[in-house]
Amino acid sequence: MKLTALFKSFLVGIPIGITFLDTVGYVARVEGISMQPALNPEAPVTDYVLLNRWSVRSSEISRGEVVSLVSPKDPGQKIIKRVVGIEGDLISTIGYKQSFIRVPEGHCWVEGDHTGHSMDSNSFGPVSLGLVTAKATFIVWPPHRWQTLKPEIPRGRKPVNMS
Amino acid sequence: MNYIPNISNCATKVAGVLAYMVQYGCITHCALEYIGDFVICTGPSMEPTIYTDDILLTEHITPRFQRIKKGDIIIAKSPSNPRIHICKRVAGMPGDKVLVGFSSQVVPRGHVWLEGDNRNNSADSRIYGPVPQGLIRGRALCRVWPPKEIKMLTHKETQVLTR
Repeated sequence: MKLTALFKSFLVGIPIGITFLDTVGYVARVEGISMQPALNPEAPVTDYVLLNRWSVRSSEISRGEVVSLVSPKDPGQKIIKRVVGIEGDLISTIGYKQSFIRVPEGHCWVEGDHTGHSMDSNSFGPVSLGLVTAKATFIVWPPHRWQTLKPEIPRGRKPVNMS
Repeated sequence: MNYIPNISNCATKVAGVLAYMVQYGCITHCALEYIGDFVICTGPSMEPTIYTDDILLTEHITPRFQRIKKGDIIIAKSPSNPRIHICKRVAGMPGDKVLVGFSSQVVPRGHVWLEGDNRNNSADSRIYGPVPQGLIRGRALCRVWPPKEIKMLTHKETQVLTR
């Protein structure tokens, strides 16, 4: 009798948990150096960030925000980058095949803060907004790094049409 | 006359109903997100395989494990608008050579080449290029509506693919 009750609560609890993680948000570990200095500044100590799913449910993102997205090169991998340009922006690229590019409709331009050590739009081009899975809003671990991630564009990386 | 127990009774009932709604809502969310769902198709791009207002049963397991094959009919988020879904056939996997007009192109890593079966009236990869696999949501299994035309859609329709 006890076992059935336990089983039943599992059967109900797991979907509730998954739904919560899917719609509200979850915590993920950041790997790599591509977002230094905003994330992982003291590598190899890794940061844990809160990924907010709720705020991207309508796929609205703005410049400067840190987002996680499915890598366009490998659908099994998630990457975390900063949105530098949104649709319609004119971007001056670093090492992309065109030196200036207009971000197409429904796409965004993402870059790692650590220019030159990041696999980002400068190598794979603008990414579709459908690949964006969540917005990173808060560093939750380690404790001395507790802070919100403010939207900001690295110096000199503003879209041409903004500066 | 004792009203207080009645009110609390009523509140317990409401809470119970709400709890049930949350439970079943979460179970439904998980089923639709991880197992499969039904989609209504609109538009002429997949004729003569699928017509407007056909209802398809799709599964979400194959795309999650990246087991999509050439010839599968898939539902994906539109690359240019994440709120719209498209239904196309996979016409090329990474590394395949595809023809665009008179030139040929190789499908890049992590992408697929999508084409509608109605080649003359379809906005597909020939217009917006290869589509990242991360945008694929589901694979069409069978048509369930209209009832006269229930049909599996999983087998390869070679006469459509070879031209």
